[in-house]
Amino acid sequence: MNSGRLDREGVDAVLNDLDEYAVEEALRIAEAHGGNEEGSAHTVTLISMGPERAAEAIRKALSMGANNAILISDVALAGADALTTSEVLASVIKAEAFDLVICGTESTDARMSVVPAMLAERLSWAQLTFAGSVKVNPDAKSVEITRVTESGVDTITAQFPAVISVIEKINEPRYPSFKGIMAAKKKSIESRSAAGLAANISAWSDVVDATPRPARGAGIKVEDGGTGGDALITYLAEKKLV
Amino acid sequence: MSTVILAEFSDGKVSKTTAELATLAARTGDVTAVVLGNSQMAAQILVGPIKKVIAVDNADVLAYGVAAAVDALAAVIAQESPKVLLIASSAFGKELAGRLAVRTNSGLITDAVDVAADATATQLIFGGSTTVHSKVSHGISIITVRPNSIDPDLTPTTPEVSTLTAPTSATSQLAKITSTQAPVKGGRPELTEAQIVVSGGRGTNGDFTPVETFADLLGGAVGASRAATDAGWYPHSMQVGQTGKTVSPQLYVACGISGAIQHRAGMQTSKVIVAINKDPEAPIFEVADFGVVGDLFAVLPQASEGIKARKS
Repeated sequence: MNSGRLDREGVDAVLNDLDEYAVEEALRIAEAHGGNEEGSAHTVTLISMGPERAAEAIRKALSMGANNAILISDVALAGADALTTSEVLASVIKAEAFDLVICGTESTDARMSVVPAMLAERLSWAQLTFAGSVKVNPDAKSVEITRVTESGVDTITAQFPAVISVIEKINEPRYPSFKGIMAAKKKSIESRSAAGLAANISAWSDVVDATPRPARGAGIKVEDGGTGGDALITYLAEKKLV
Repeated sequence: MSTVILAEFSDGKVSKTTAELATLAARTGDVTAVVLGNSQMAAQILVGPIKKVIAVDNADVLAYGVAAAVDALAAVIAQESPKVLLIASSAFGKELAGRLAVRTNSGLITDAVDVAADATATQLIFGGSTTVHSKVSHGISIITVRPNSIDPDLTPTTPEVSTLTAPTSATSQLAKITSTQAPVKGGRPELTEAQIVVSGGRGTNGDFTPVETFADLLGGAVGASRAATDAGWYPHSMQVGQTGKTVSPQLYVACGISGAIQHRAGMQTSKVIVAINKDPEAPIFEVADFGVVGDLFAVLPQASEGIKARKS
């Protein structure tokens, strides 16, 4: 079983918080079924799209225990939106033989949170997103998740291959051990440029303008000398909010 | 120009968000509302600038979720050839919009707070500190819109209602929903749609009673800071902030919340912000229209009594 994990790298070359959950979950799935040490049946591959400096973040994930990594770096991809990101990632995934692709729910820099769903659409794979828990049965090649959203909690099942996205709090990401850090130095990070990919990189929307909004100024501040609650209600009444 | 919106329902009832989407959509063309449900649901659409309603009564949406909804909307798009498609910015709505953008070779803009007549969308990025206008340059302008962003046009309407059958493809049946558990609502409005949100943070020490009492008296929703949800005091689904929900109510009351930038990112587009905090230096006061430096356990009960007195 192969587990790929995807990451749209943020502004800083720091492993995105939300994606550490995806790495951790991939490792746990492998470990629950014989591990991903060399010679075992499972492999955890990291796939990331981002600048060269993202390699540092990838090294951290390799230190956590992932086997190898693919970094797609290209100036042509700077500022890529979710449509382009998903197309590039899908083209890489199609060329490999993954059973599961595990993503973070959203990158902290661009709140699109749609890349995993787009990947499922592009790959024609099962979409198992916003997972609060993941159970994998490698023999039956099946996976069950609980999908946690504002509309409730669904239990969803699918056969491999599937795109999974995990929410924050699904697990407690491990800290890389000394042994893990040493081992990561020997692991390979394969760099690819966009040129070799079967992806159409184009802009799907144009920014007309971007302007900073005036900072919200501080308003009235009162000390609660025993009448703070009354003062608050008087203020809300003036604003016709009560 | 034809514009399609996806009607929003909550507990089987059409939600106010539907009229908000219609109000924005009507600027760009004649509005057709799609209902993923039966004709009884379609018949609830009685307000907003909506000319036509298409009901896609497909039980597969309940069984297969987003993927089946994509098939249903794709069938509507094939029939109506819209130039603009507006969907509410929920987890479901954004995923649906994203997959439709892929399927129809269209651009996508998420979390818009406004849409102009030429389908230029306004977004607030970097935690609400920057306004961005953008426009889809390819295919249908697929835009997801945050609830509560505008005052909806609630003019009564009598739309022409039709039905459409849309088969769910085999690919869309790959992930099957085997059970569904509705969220625990407790009678309060949905957090992202509420006109008033009262949130509690570290300062509650885990006791949300005064926060909830005040919220209920105002008919508002209850939110929480990350500190409160991390401590297990309140459900993660109620977290307001960068890694939680983004809310934009008429009134936001932050109780015992210091106001870290991550929290402010989720609430600073609220119309009026009130803060109650013991620490006069708490950064929340920098964005508060009205701040009370004091103990929420003294201020909130007194304020609650004040509301009761006004009501009686």
